[in-house]
Amino acid sequence: MGTAASVALGATAGRAEAQAPLAQTLAAGTPSLSKVSFTVNGAARELELDARTTLLDALREHLHLTGSKKGCDQGQCGACTVIVGGRRVTSCLTLAVMHQGHDITTIEGLGTPENLHPMQAAFVKHDGYQCGYCTPGQICSAVAMLNEVKAGIPSHVTADLNADIELTNAELRERMSGNICRCGAYSNIAEAITEVAGRQA
Amino acid sequence: MKFDAPATTNPIDQLKVVGQPVDRIDGPLKTTGTARYAYERHDAVPNAAYGYVVGSAIAKGRIKSIDVAAAKAALGVLAIVTAENAGKLEKGRLNTAKLLGGPEIQHYHQAIAVVVAETFEQARDAGQMLRVDYDREQGSFDLRGGMDTAKPAGITAGPPDTAVGNFGSAFAAAPVQLDETYTTPDESHAMMEPHASTAAWDGDKLTIWTSNQMIAWGVGEVAKTLNMPKENVRLISPFVGGGFGAKLFVRSDAILAALGARAAGRPVKVTLQRALVINNTTHRPATIQRIRIGTTRDGKITAVGHESWSGDLTGGKPDGAVSQTRMLYAGADRMTATRLAALDLPESNAMRAPGEATGMMALEIAMDEMAERLGMDPIEFRILNDTQVVPDVASKPPSQDPQAINNREAQSPSKDKPFSQRQLVQCFRTGAERFGWDKRIAQPGQVRDGRWLVGIGVASAFRNNQLTKSAARVRLETDGTVTVETDMTDIGTGSYTIIGQTAAEMMGVPLQKVAVRLGDSSFPISSGSGGQWGGNNSTAGVYAACVKLREMVAQKLGFNSAEAAFSDGEVRAGNRAVPLADAARDGSLSAEDAIEYGDLDKKFQQSTFGAHFVEVVVDAATAEIRVRRMLAVCAAGRILNPKTARSQVIGAMTMGVGAALMEELVVDKRVGFFVNHDLASYEVPVHADIPHQDMIFLDETDPMSSPMKAKGVAELGICGVAAAVANAVYNATGVRVRDYPVTLDKLIAKLPAVG
Amino acid sequence: MKPFTYERANSPAQAAASASRVDGAKFVAGGTNLLDLMKLQIETPKHLIDVNGLGLDKIEETAEGGLRIGALVRNTDLASDKRVRKDFAVLSRALVAGANGQLRNQATTAGNLLQRTRCPYFYDTNQPCNKRQPGSGCGALQGFNRSHAIVGASDACIAVHPSDMAVAMRLLDAKVETVRADGAVRSIPIADFHRLPGDTPQVETALGAGELITSVTLPKPLGGAHFYRKVRDRASFAFALVSVAAVVQRDGSGRVALGGVAHKPWRVEAAEQKMPQGAKAVTAELLAGAKPTEQNAFKVAVVERTLGAVLAEAKG
Repeated sequence: MGTAASVALGATAGRAEAQAPLAQTLAAGTPSLSKVSFTVNGAARELELDARTTLLDALREHLHLTGSKKGCDQGQCGACTVIVGGRRVTSCLTLAVMHQGHDITTIEGLGTPENLHPMQAAFVKHDGYQCGYCTPGQICSAVAMLNEVKAGIPSHVTADLNADIELTNAELRERMSGNICRCGAYSNIAEAITEVAGRQA
Repeated sequence: MKFDAPATTNPIDQLKVVGQPVDRIDGPLKTTGTARYAYERHDAVPNAAYGYVVGSAIAKGRIKSIDVAAAKAALGVLAIVTAENAGKLEKGRLNTAKLLGGPEIQHYHQAIAVVVAETFEQARDAGQMLRVDYDREQGSFDLRGGMDTAKPAGITAGPPDTAVGNFGSAFAAAPVQLDETYTTPDESHAMMEPHASTAAWDGDKLTIWTSNQMIAWGVGEVAKTLNMPKENVRLISPFVGGGFGAKLFVRSDAILAALGARAAGRPVKVTLQRALVINNTTHRPATIQRIRIGTTRDGKITAVGHESWSGDLTGGKPDGAVSQTRMLYAGADRMTATRLAALDLPESNAMRAPGEATGMMALEIAMDEMAERLGMDPIEFRILNDTQVVPDVASKPPSQDPQAINNREAQSPSKDKPFSQRQLVQCFRTGAERFGWDKRIAQPGQVRDGRWLVGIGVASAFRNNQLTKSAARVRLETDGTVTVETDMTDIGTGSYTIIGQTAAEMMGVPLQKVAVRLGDSSFPISSGSGGQWGGNNSTAGVYAACVKLREMVAQKLGFNSAEAAFSDGEVRAGNRAVPLADAARDGSLSAEDAIEYGDLDKKFQQSTFGAHFVEVVVDAATAEIRVRRMLAVCAAGRILNPKTARSQVIGAMTMGVGAALMEELVVDKRVGFFVNHDLASYEVPVHADIPHQDMIFLDETDPMSSPMKAKGVAELGICGVAAAVANAVYNATGVRVRDYPVTLDKLIAKLPAVG
Repeated sequence: MKPFTYERANSPAQAAASASRVDGAKFVAGGTNLLDLMKLQIETPKHLIDVNGLGLDKIEETAEGGLRIGALVRNTDLASDKRVRKDFAVLSRALVAGANGQLRNQATTAGNLLQRTRCPYFYDTNQPCNKRQPGSGCGALQGFNRSHAIVGASDACIAVHPSDMAVAMRLLDAKVETVRADGAVRSIPIADFHRLPGDTPQVETALGAGELITSVTLPKPLGGAHFYRKVRDRASFAFALVSVAAVVQRDGSGRVALGGVAHKPWRVEAAEQKMPQGAKAVTAELLAGAKPTEQNAFKVAVVERTLGAVLAEAKG
């Protein structure tokens, strides 16, 4: 965690310098440069951005947190899933400036190669990925999804809207359906999540 | 190392590391988001500008003019490259259409410009400022309309038509006949990472961090396209976010990143926007397939004919849908024919198991239909017509995979060419028992579970194994660890892990002591990834390099290399044991070698086999189809890592469910483009579509394939599975759909009334 | 995406005032549809007013025994609300049938109503589309239209409204409450909120320029058994080919609304009189005058059969 954060901080500082002339040009030419500050993986971040920058591009291109992936940039694949204020969102369909003061967790904030989050470890154990490109989104989605079940949020396959929700296989698969995996690791992903859910329960 | 005699016992047979279901060694990187893909190389290229690709708005015609003035003047824009200012570009040997179009336009969304700017937001906006004036020309976009004028076309090096005996008279004389036509639609790879490249020039030397399955091909293609010597091109592709054939070839992202970087005078990165990928790059072509089968009354096939039509741009290739029909089932009189229609749709090319994937979709429904006509169980019908020799002896072993471009010589026919291994029957027997096939009710539409109609279906799986040269370098480091370097790629297949396992087994060290470095053109040339040839060939190349390194180590430590055993970090012979690391005390030891093949693949047909079992349910009211159970049984040589190999197979089964039930690029035949060019409208399976998947590997080692005794497995899993789904839908409903995908609109009118 | 100026609004009145002051202004809340369209330059607002801070995120009971749903209530929260689950189950069901978990966490009640069509010709700026570029023609009419409208379409447009939530809202006779720059508020019956395409498919709702949705109200609960059946090829994360929302009472009477068949959530009150006679009779009236294309004619059977299954289940 410490390593990842310091790498990103260093890179950000370098980029800010490189972009300084651009920032001035933008400021002079158009009014679209906006400031935003939020917390990413526990660290306060302040950015001055083209207002058009999505949260995803702010993370990937400005903070160099490239774990969140751009699979479609249209909200149709789930690879960009991050957790904002405890909730999973597709970061490609929201602007960075809309997240003033928000608390954002990305895949890099869950664990590191040396210290995996239980969900990351379960994905490795159950081979819940192949090419790895949808994987950070799947994992962020899964972590937040388990909390949605705990909070009693219903899904399309919930039989009784007024009863407690049990994380059946059907519930799990329906709730994870916003994260496409073209390598087809679904069966393994379901097993990884089930293991973590069982451990949590 | 030349592999020209069947493998005997070798260190791999110890199976201390190889053959074990170990976790992927790249897992911690991929699950923490720290594996860096082509567009994410802030570490290597800290100052890349952003390129945005503009695609053609027409399918065929010419660009009259491009007005770049507004884009050029836009804030942050550094360069705009079009065919007008790009300099002379060649067409790559493996591309059918040019990667930068203009003035001639060959297909919809063909790249016509890249706009480079300081930021992604600026590049995207400026890219949309280009005003392009076209002269639109009429094109051909309809495969069915093009059938009459379609021309005979060979599958890679093979002939367009093959014949054994006299199909016509044998079919006419057959007491039981089937003559049906099946269609498969255009499909998209839809890998999760769109094509992406970061390019940087250092004088006249070009480095591209890219997402590519075939590094050495890519170097050659970039050099040819840009008219520069190969020596000046370096490709780096350590992580590939899925490929499935889409990234076998250099595409516009790489070329336009390079051109953009040259024009802007600084590194540039380009990723194809998702909505451009489908029409800009390649796809699996649609097919129309006519299948005729004649049998005796007791079910012996006497005649089998398979004709296939597909389309491509002029200069392109046909789909190899008839491939498996030459060798999967017995039958004395047989024919195949392949026809290619010239279409002005985007370029057709390989997608996972090109040929067999589409061919098995059709053939395996035909087999199901034929079994029904015979009143036979579909498994027993297939078993009855099993063959241990290749029945189509007049033809060359077909292959549509582009790797065959590199085949050394035409393969000569031989009488009664046996399969090196063929356990198709065992696959069915094992699967039938595990799946509970005996509970199947042959008459369709008989099983009901609440709102659902229930059916089960089966199909064979078949895919050839291909041999191709593959090299690697293996180094014993001074600390006793082992480093493997090869330009092999890991596109999710597990290459990192099985290569590491191979080196660990050979050098007698734990897997943790092996570092694997892949996907860099400065490393020895491997087989690359595609056509399910990567696993066996690339590890065999590592085996060859390890054999050489073992000899060097033995010599260094004073052992007779023939007697030395490598295990537990030691080299042993007799009662003498020396730590392996001692061999590198004075400096690391490095060995490089390649596996090269003799003619074992000409003497023996090397193929992989399997059986797919599927249970579906169909909503009795809405006709929605959902898969409830899946089982695949595969026989594919030695399984180098049962965990990653299983993942490859179930992943392919998932893609097969997509092909069966939803995937279809819709052609607008007026405009000439694939209409549904994003991931919302080109539907691929999601979690909710896929049940728990069961799979079994039969015990098999194939000494004809390589010292690894392994074969390909990654594509076997997709071959046949769609037909198993379609056959299950038939069993559930009694409605036979011969046009993929099998969707509810094709069933609903034929279902019984609700109520 | 065209450059725009960005503003965080603090009150509904301020937001509406800003919108009227700046030409080409748009409100953004969830952004899940607007930003996608902005990237493609199908939407090109010059000024973006972020309304997320307006506090319109509460669900309150009305004096009439219904619910007032704040415009900014996220789809997830609306679907999960205990009162909605208990008394307006069809709305909860419709919401969770839409999109995916991530998007439902972002998308808002008002934004969901304002979703634009998913017609691929609308989305591809190289193609003609009267909705995107009035007068350019309709690419879908003679093109790919499997998922398009079977009823209420015109020669100018055969697109469908993609929302699931709106279908349930239509079934429940919701009202859309708005505020304008001059502070005037009004309440628009949902039946009048969405328009049929006619000759002006670019005009999709009854909202005036700068008019801001503040809430959606539901009348008192209907009772009965609630159904939302969404029919699609893919099992999840797909737009409806057809959806059927229904409330069925013990005596067999009830209400039906359809999604995926028209430019707006489709409901014909007169057809509901036929509910005791069964799905065939209801469908005949509900889809009277339907003009399906060769590719989407199957939707008629899907409507009838799905409704048949719903009525059978309601009967028990």
